[in-house]
Amino acid sequence: MYDIIHTFKASSVNDVLELLSSNSDAMLVAGGTDVMIRMRERKLRQASLISLLDIPDLKTISLREDGAIVIGAGACFTEISENTIVLEKIPMLAHACRQVGSPQIRNIATIGGNICNGAVSADSVPSLYALDAELELWGKDGSRLVPIRKFHTGPGQTVLQKDRELLTAIIIPLSSYAHHGGCYIKFGQRNAMEISTLGCAVNVSLTGDKKHIEKAAIAFGVAAPVPMRCAKVESLLIGAEINEEMFFTVRENILEGLKPRDSWRASLELRRQLIREMSVRALKQAIINAGGSLQ
Amino acid sequence: MMKIINMVVNGKPAELAVEEGESLTDTLRNRLGLTSVKKGCEVGECGACTVLIDGVAKNSCIYLSVWADGHSILTVEGLRTEDCELHPIQKAFVEEAAIQCGFCTPGLVLTGVELVNSGKKFNREELREQISGHLCRCTGYENILNALERVVGKNS
Repeated sequence: MYDIIHTFKASSVNDVLELLSSNSDAMLVAGGTDVMIRMRERKLRQASLISLLDIPDLKTISLREDGAIVIGAGACFTEISENTIVLEKIPMLAHACRQVGSPQIRNIATIGGNICNGAVSADSVPSLYALDAELELWGKDGSRLVPIRKFHTGPGQTVLQKDRELLTAIIIPLSSYAHHGGCYIKFGQRNAMEISTLGCAVNVSLTGDKKHIEKAAIAFGVAAPVPMRCAKVESLLIGAEINEEMFFTVRENILEGLKPRDSWRASLELRRQLIREMSVRALKQAIINAGGSLQ
Repeated sequence: MMKIINMVVNGKPAELAVEEGESLTDTLRNRLGLTSVKKGCEVGECGACTVLIDGVAKNSCIYLSVWADGHSILTVEGLRTEDCELHPIQKAFVEEAAIQCGFCTPGLVLTGVELVNSGKKFNREELREQISGHLCRCTGYENILNALERVVGKNS
């Protein structure tokens, strides 16, 4: 038996906001694959839960007129990884979503929950950082847009005002995916049911001759207390010619600004090596996916 | 506090009172006697408690019964046809001896049923991924894959 005092079932976004305002200590729960585990471990007690499972509006995935892809925060990982828009336009995210847990977990766990839970190991998050996704947060007074890069403030900490706001959608602008190639690599001890030891997402666009990088975004999960972009390497890559020297530069500079930790899951030394290796591997694959070649 | 919920369980409407903190595993086992639904890890890792909710495989141990209100649940007990025939997946499990202790079997059978219902065919590698949410501690995975291949394999 879970230690639950009240459960509520919201049927719309407005309903969620109403329920939040009249139950200030209530917590939002979507798929429950993180929240219920915390309850089982007794890290969360005497909970009041507002379920978001039955809000169809939060599940839609659509292409907006301006080319932006809008993913409802309540879409589960199976829905995202099988969605034709996502598969065609941002295959990196479809692949990342297939790395989460197991099929049964992916059938219920939502992308919004993955983002708001704030775990640095969240599998969908590095790709969203590399795609410069924007988050739509709804409160009583309307909505606000927050770039995902400004959303996470610490382990499990975000700028979401949990007692009055709801993440409703993840927006990926056209400029992030048109003529781009992406790649997400997850490192773990095993393939399924595994918390990421390290995750690396790269999103690149190439110049017309496909021989130079136009712009590159490199994002890591579990390489610092929050998901991180690698600003220094990104600036070094602007206009860089694709050759071995460029990959060497990436390998030499990629650790700048990152703060990998030493834990039972992986030593600091291993994590540093993984960061260097995965950044280059993901960059190479992203270049190929963007139509370039490695000679 | 107790709440009244309405579900369709194995094709039949069920109205019952459940505790708000009750998992669907407990409701199915203790209130409805559907003990094919196994209690394993109870944190959504082992897949022994897998049921189909509106046709989709989910871990019932981390799913509250109150969330099932208005939804349709299928357990292995609901697979039996009127003339007591086994489901093709169950037959394949028997034929391939894909059962040792049997604890993971109900969950795996339901994932198999979900795969059949998808209408898709899978190669062995894809099947491995599809059953990655089920732990078989007898480690009888090869026979389980053989059984699934018989029904939903690319060459079946």
